[in-house]
Amino acid sequence: MVLPPISSQAVDPRTSRCHTVELGPLKLDSGVVLERFTVAYQTYGRLNAAKSNAILICHALTGDQYVADAHPVTGKPGWWHMLVGPGNLFDTSRYQLICANILGGCMGSTGPREVNPASGKPWGLSFPVITVGDIVAAQALLIDHLGIDQLFCVIGGSMGGMQVLEWASSFPERVYAAVPIAAAARHSAQNIAFHEVGRQAIMADPDWMGGDYLLAGTNPHRGLAVARMAAHITYLSETALHRKFGRKLQDRTQVTYGFEADFQVESYLRHQGSTFVDRFDANSYLYITRAMDYFDLAAQHGGVLANAFKATPVRFCVVSFTSDWLFPTRESRAIVHALNAVAAKVSFVEVESDKGHDAFLLDEPEFHKTLAGFLDGQATHRGLTAKAAE
Amino acid sequence: MNSGTLRVDLKLIADWVEPKSRVLDVGCGDGELLRHLAHEKNVDGRGIELSMAGVSAAVRRGLAVIQGDADTDLKDYPSGAFDTVILSQTLQATRNPREVLAHLLRIGRRAIVSFPNFGHWRIRLNLLAFGRMPVTAALDANWYDTPNIHLCTIRDFTALAGELGLSIEKAVSLTQEGRVRPFAPGDAWANLLGEHGLFLLSNRANR
Repeated sequence: MVLPPISSQAVDPRTSRCHTVELGPLKLDSGVVLERFTVAYQTYGRLNAAKSNAILICHALTGDQYVADAHPVTGKPGWWHMLVGPGNLFDTSRYQLICANILGGCMGSTGPREVNPASGKPWGLSFPVITVGDIVAAQALLIDHLGIDQLFCVIGGSMGGMQVLEWASSFPERVYAAVPIAAAARHSAQNIAFHEVGRQAIMADPDWMGGDYLLAGTNPHRGLAVARMAAHITYLSETALHRKFGRKLQDRTQVTYGFEADFQVESYLRHQGSTFVDRFDANSYLYITRAMDYFDLAAQHGGVLANAFKATPVRFCVVSFTSDWLFPTRESRAIVHALNAVAAKVSFVEVESDKGHDAFLLDEPEFHKTLAGFLDGQATHRGLTAKAAE
Repeated sequence: MNSGTLRVDLKLIADWVEPKSRVLDVGCGDGELLRHLAHEKNVDGRGIELSMAGVSAAVRRGLAVIQGDADTDLKDYPSGAFDTVILSQTLQATRNPREVLAHLLRIGRRAIVSFPNFGHWRIRLNLLAFGRMPVTAALDANWYDTPNIHLCTIRDFTALAGELGLSIEKAVSLTQEGRVRPFAPGDAWANLLGEHGLFLLSNRANR
């Protein structure tokens, strides 16, 4: 399959749609029952008559449902826009793409920023702690609502990949193919530690107001920006950082003997932090990082990861990147070993890239070729032809 | 890819694979054999391949292939998971061929193994006449850049199979031009005339 050149015009506006739906009840892992909750989601392409061509795209921690069209707050193109469109990897004339803002998110789905109908006030910290399992259970209710019995594919990177694994484990009959990218079956101690740094940065900001900043009319933007800066470093590789910035100075010829952003890398991180706060909610960041920390698929199955996939009919394609130290290849290998142990149909490729964890969001031709090949092969097996959705 | 262009040794291997069986191809390259087996014999196939390019090509063909290493990854497969495990032209490149061979027949009921025969007369003559590591059509790399770190002869392999308690169900020798000659274990001519050895093994304990 030849990929067309990258274009921000790839999305066909005739088939891109923005939706919200009220669902519920949902019993959460914590025991709390959410009677009603909202899911905001985007679709691209059309569902075929057999409802067999749906691809659920699971977004990452700070991602959202705007996979391919411009982000409503930042105006930037969608995070996988280069892969979506007629004839592209996510061929919208062949598949219907669905991407929902996760439960606990802040782009329209129910989360700590939304108003609790019971109190008439923003949920804030009264929002129940959620898990990856809850996020997926909420998505399953959405898929029920759409009348889809089986998704052709569930795909996602990073935390999106955790959701993919949870889907395949909890609803094996509802997933034809699963693609966890740069993911892990459990969040490592190091990753929990990084998340804790981010949460502490947010909670140390006086404007966080014990989580009630929406009521107080403040915004813990400094804390959230620091959280983002720290996290952003973990998404890159040392090589990528060095290539991009080295020790280059920012708009100056010598150091200032002060604490301004002398170095380009500092300026870049500050920019990453400050733009992030415009589009993300601090409490949402607390809840979603917590959901990732709690994720441990093996622990949910008696400590044996293979038990999560017993007799699975799902066809897997596991992808990792050589320079990803946040979700390193050994995490993907652990998934592959578990799948081998239950004789699952699994493909696994470690893509050579020096771009770190973020590689799954970037232009990586070998990754895209493998992904396109896997999807095309599975779609052919499933009898999905191009234009099936027309 | 049609079956007509399949390499002679791969075609022989394919003939030994039972229709509709479960097959693991270790060192499957771009998945040429697995694809052939899936199409012609309805085989439920899996592959392991070291190179990203090979895995990527195989995945693009719709095959279930994982990036991995025969030396390190076979231990993760459960016993008896496959009817046949194939190791084609890879044994001599493994770090621990004895262990790999044992794993093949733990994971599979049967194993098909092919390798370049270091006992071929041209290799023996080369070494005898020139006193240098032979470079032939079957083994075409120099000693310093060859991936083949554990070369053996057909007789060596037969002996190892015996040590591991494996039974040789079928054995053929091949020349580089694709001439095939079945032989019985202990046949010295096969070790002299075959450029490649191809064996179908089973575990005595399993029979």
